[in-house]
Amino acid sequence: MANAIDRKIVDDLIKNEIGFITTVPCKQLAGVIEVLDQSNQVMHVPSNKEDEGMGLCAGAYMGGKRPCIIMQNTALGVVVNTLATLIQFYQIPLPMLISYRGEVGEKVACQVEMAVHTKALLNQLAIPTYHFSHADQVGELDGILKHTQMAKKPTAILTDARFWGSAQ
Amino acid sequence: MIRYDILKTLLPIISDTLVVCNIGLPSQELHKLDDQPSNFYMLGTMGLCSSIGLGLALSQPQKVVAIDGDGSVLTNLATLSTIANNVADNFVLLIIDNGSYGSTGDQPTYAGRKTSLTAVAEACGCENVVECSAEETAGAVKAALASDQMTVIVSKCESGNVAVDVIEMNPVVIGDRFMNEVRRQNSGG
Repeated sequence: MANAIDRKIVDDLIKNEIGFITTVPCKQLAGVIEVLDQSNQVMHVPSNKEDEGMGLCAGAYMGGKRPCIIMQNTALGVVVNTLATLIQFYQIPLPMLISYRGEVGEKVACQVEMAVHTKALLNQLAIPTYHFSHADQVGELDGILKHTQMAKKPTAILTDARFWGSAQ
Repeated sequence: MIRYDILKTLLPIISDTLVVCNIGLPSQELHKLDDQPSNFYMLGTMGLCSSIGLGLALSQPQKVVAIDGDGSVLTNLATLSTIANNVADNFVLLIIDNGSYGSTGDQPTYAGRKTSLTAVAEACGCENVVECSAEETAGAVKAALASDQMTVIVSKCESGNVAVDVIEMNPVVIGDRFMNEVRRQNSGG
């Protein structure tokens, strides 16, 4: 069930002219995806896997739409090559709104196994990374989206269980 | 006929059309035959040609041909379900199916053995799937572009490559030139 923070996130995306969004779902992101599907201002194309999604985003960008991908941090295990050889090599601005599973508040032990690699992978790829652990930090999203367009880079917005929990 | 021969027959049809071309030899061969601002060459990222093509077709109204390969589509097989469920009638996916990984030494793919990409595309829900011979390919692409219906073409051809140079263009130049062409076509220029 979507709440105010889900609407705030989608409002910020639309305000920043994000016109194409692909998603691979996560429980924490269900509200955002629900709000997205109610909007007629943004095209939502779900993808099966995140590297496929980044291919869709690259095409959308060249077609004149600002893209965004919504995914779990576990997907970083899938997209390293695509980030390096497509998104970074061709300088495509791509905000990645990421559910940061496996952080404090996580209930599934296996999620911690990728959580411990998440920031290291993003750091290795030199991707600007922002970690939201309290709902108040959502106010930074607008600036991060603008920064992404300016820099023409992928950026990572990690949203953990405390962020979503404090937004209830 | 090998892929290079098919590309030659396609030139009169696709030369001015927005083309997203698969990584490796397909892009290098197209670049050698007919370098155009309307060509987007993939320099890396195996498997994503069809996804880039679909994203482009969904985001603007000009016609888009993605020239993909059987090995690449097998790498990203779920793309056929995404294509089927997000219909873009300005999109033609041409799978040059030579049953081999041409850029890496012609190792056989499963599409050259038991797996039918035509059947997979149909099972994924793609509504216009055409399997044709190499000789029939140019006609099939022409008909697909004229039909205003999203079409997946599986062109069964022989395995083989020609000697071509690596593309030395900067990726940002490839992208920028292509995006300018997309804008030009969409402004009626």
